[in-house]
Amino acid sequence: MFWQMVKGALIRQKNRFALIALTVALGVSLAAAMLNVMFDVGDKVNQELKAYGANITVTPKNSALLKDVYGLEAHEYLNESDLGKIKTIFWTNNIVAFAPKLDGELTLVDGSKIPAAGTWFNHEMTLPTGETLSIGVVEMKSWWKIDGSYPANDTEALIGQKLAAEKNLHVGDTLKYTGGEFKISGILSGGGDEDNQLLVNLSAMQKILNVPGKIGSIEVSAITTPENDLARKAAANPDLLSQQEKEIWYCTAYVSAIAYQIEEVIANSSARPVRQIAESEGKILEKTQLLMLLITALSLLSTALGVSNLVSANIMERSRELGLLKAIGATNLGVILLVLTEIFIAGGVGGILGYAVSLGLAQVIGTTVFGSAIVNNSAVLPIVSVLMVVVLLVGSLPAIRMLLSLQPAEVLHGR
Amino acid sequence: MALLELKDVSMVYNGKVRALDGINFSVEKGEWVAIMGPSGSGKTTLMNIIGCMDKATGGEVILDGIDLSDVDADKLTEIRREKIGMVFQQFHLVPYLTAVENIMVAQYYHGLPDLNDAMTELKRVGLEDRANHLPSQLSGGEQQRVCIARALINYPVLILADEPTGNLDEANQNLVMKIFHELHAEGHTIITVTHSPDVGREAQRCIVLEHGRIKS
Repeated sequence: MFWQMVKGALIRQKNRFALIALTVALGVSLAAAMLNVMFDVGDKVNQELKAYGANITVTPKNSALLKDVYGLEAHEYLNESDLGKIKTIFWTNNIVAFAPKLDGELTLVDGSKIPAAGTWFNHEMTLPTGETLSIGVVEMKSWWKIDGSYPANDTEALIGQKLAAEKNLHVGDTLKYTGGEFKISGILSGGGDEDNQLLVNLSAMQKILNVPGKIGSIEVSAITTPENDLARKAAANPDLLSQQEKEIWYCTAYVSAIAYQIEEVIANSSARPVRQIAESEGKILEKTQLLMLLITALSLLSTALGVSNLVSANIMERSRELGLLKAIGATNLGVILLVLTEIFIAGGVGGILGYAVSLGLAQVIGTTVFGSAIVNNSAVLPIVSVLMVVVLLVGSLPAIRMLLSLQPAEVLHGR
Repeated sequence: MALLELKDVSMVYNGKVRALDGINFSVEKGEWVAIMGPSGSGKTTLMNIIGCMDKATGGEVILDGIDLSDVDADKLTEIRREKIGMVFQQFHLVPYLTAVENIMVAQYYHGLPDLNDAMTELKRVGLEDRANHLPSQLSGGEQQRVCIARALINYPVLILADEPTGNLDEANQNLVMKIFHELHAEGHTIITVTHSPDVGREAQRCIVLEHGRIKS
C-alpha cells in the first residue's frame, strides 16, 4: 500500500518530481565533477607547473657547502656518466625532465668575455635499464622561444637575445673566440639569465673547459606532492624522522624525498629543492582545491534551496491529501516517511543522472583546463551519495516542519 | 455507560472567539444522533472535537471511556484511527488511488491492508464493480459511498459524518441515507452533523446548536 501511494504521488505530480530530479541532477553533476577534478588536480597542476622549469637543482656536494657557508664558487664537478641514474630512483616516473649544465666563460677575439654554458638540448640517452629517451632543455624549458633552431652539433650555439643584441649577432653569424668559433643557430628568448648567455652542446663546453665527462650541475623537473609538516621536518633533517615517518616520507613524492633519492644515486652530490617553485606548487594546488570545494559546496547549497522550494510547493498543493491521511489515522512520522520516500526517489533518479553527467563534465573540465583526461576517483560516488542525502534532508526540512504543523481539521473543513 | 459524553465543553479561539460554550450531552452505544444548527453555530467545531482532530479548551470529552481532554496529539491520532470512522461532506479521497485502494489506505494506517475486506466493504455500499476506478471516474454519490466504506473498514465504535449528503443530489442522498439506516440497524453508533432538517429527521435524536450553545 505504501509503495502504491508513493507510485501514485510520483505519477500524478510527475512534473514537480521531474523538477526535483533535475535540480538534484544539476547539483550532483557539478559537485561530482568538481570532486573528481579536485582529487586529480594535484597531478594536473603539477604538470602545468612543470612549464615553469626545474624544481630540483643537483650540484657537487663540496661546492654547495662552500657556497652555503662561505658564499664561494668552487670548481667541483659531477660525473656525466651518473646522469642516467636519476631515472633509477623510486620516484623515477615522477622525473619528467632533466638537463645537465656546465657553466664557463668564453674569451672573444676582441678580448671581451661572455658567459657560456654547455647543456643537452635534445640528447638521446640510454638508461642503465636499457631504455632510451630524449633528455634536455627542449623538454624542460618549454617556454623558451627560439628564433632559428637549437644547435645540431658542437660547432653551433644558441645565443641569448640580450647578448645577441649587445654583440650585434644574428642567426647564421659566426662568433669567434680564442679557441675557435661557433655558428649562431638560433637566438633564445627565455626571460632569465640565459638571455645573456651563450648555450652550446655539453660536449663542446667540456672541451673548452678541458673537463671531459664532467658537469657542473643538473636541473631536474619532477612531479611532486605539496609539502606538509612531515615533508618540512624531513627537509630540515631526514635523520630526525622516526622509522615510520621516514617510510611514509620516502614513499611520498615530496620534493625533499625525491631530492634525497637523487643524492643517493648521484655520487658526491647535493640535491636541493628550488624552494620558491616547490612552495608555489603547494599554494596553487591548495587554492585550486579550495576553489573547487567552494564551488561544490555552493552547488550543493543551491540544490538544497531549490529542492526546499519545490518540496514546500508540493506539500502546499497536497495539504488536503496529506491532511486526509492524518485524519484517517496516519501519524506524523508515517506522513513524513511517505513524503521523504517520494523526494528521495526523485532525488535518487536525479543523483544517478547527475553522476553520469559529471563523468563527462569532469573530462570536459580536464581537457579544457588541463589539456588531459581526468581520472574518475572511486571515492567520489560514496561521497556524493552521502552529500546528496544530506542535501535532500536539509532541503526537506521546511516541508517536514509544514507537515508537522499540518492540522487535519484545518485542511479538511476549517476550524 | 454512554459511548460518548461531553461535560461542560467549551472552545475559545485565540482567547476571544467563543465557538462552543457549556456543551453537555451524551450518546449511547448504537444510537444515531444528529447535530444540527445554522452556519456558525459551532457544528464543525464540535465535530472536530468529537472526531479527535481538535481539543476543547474547556470541559471533558469522554469517548469509549477515554478522556480526550487528557491526551496528547499522538494519542488523539491513535484514538481517531482506532475508534472513529469519518465521512466528509467533500468526500476527501486520495485522487491517485482507486476506490478499493482508498479503503485500503485506512487499513494500512490501522494495521494490515486486506483486499478481501476492502472489497467486502465496497460491496456493502454497492460499488464492487467500481473498485478499480479513480475518484475522478466516480460520481459524487459513488465517492461518498467509497468514503463510507473507508469509514467502516476498521470497525470503528463511532461513525462521524459531516454533512454526508451536502454535496449530493436527491437520488444519491437517499442512497446514502439508506446505507446509514442499514448501519444503524446493524448496531453502529452514528453522529451526523448537518444543517439539513431532512437529514436530521432520519436520526433518532437531534441536538440543535445556536451560537455555540445547545438550543434543544
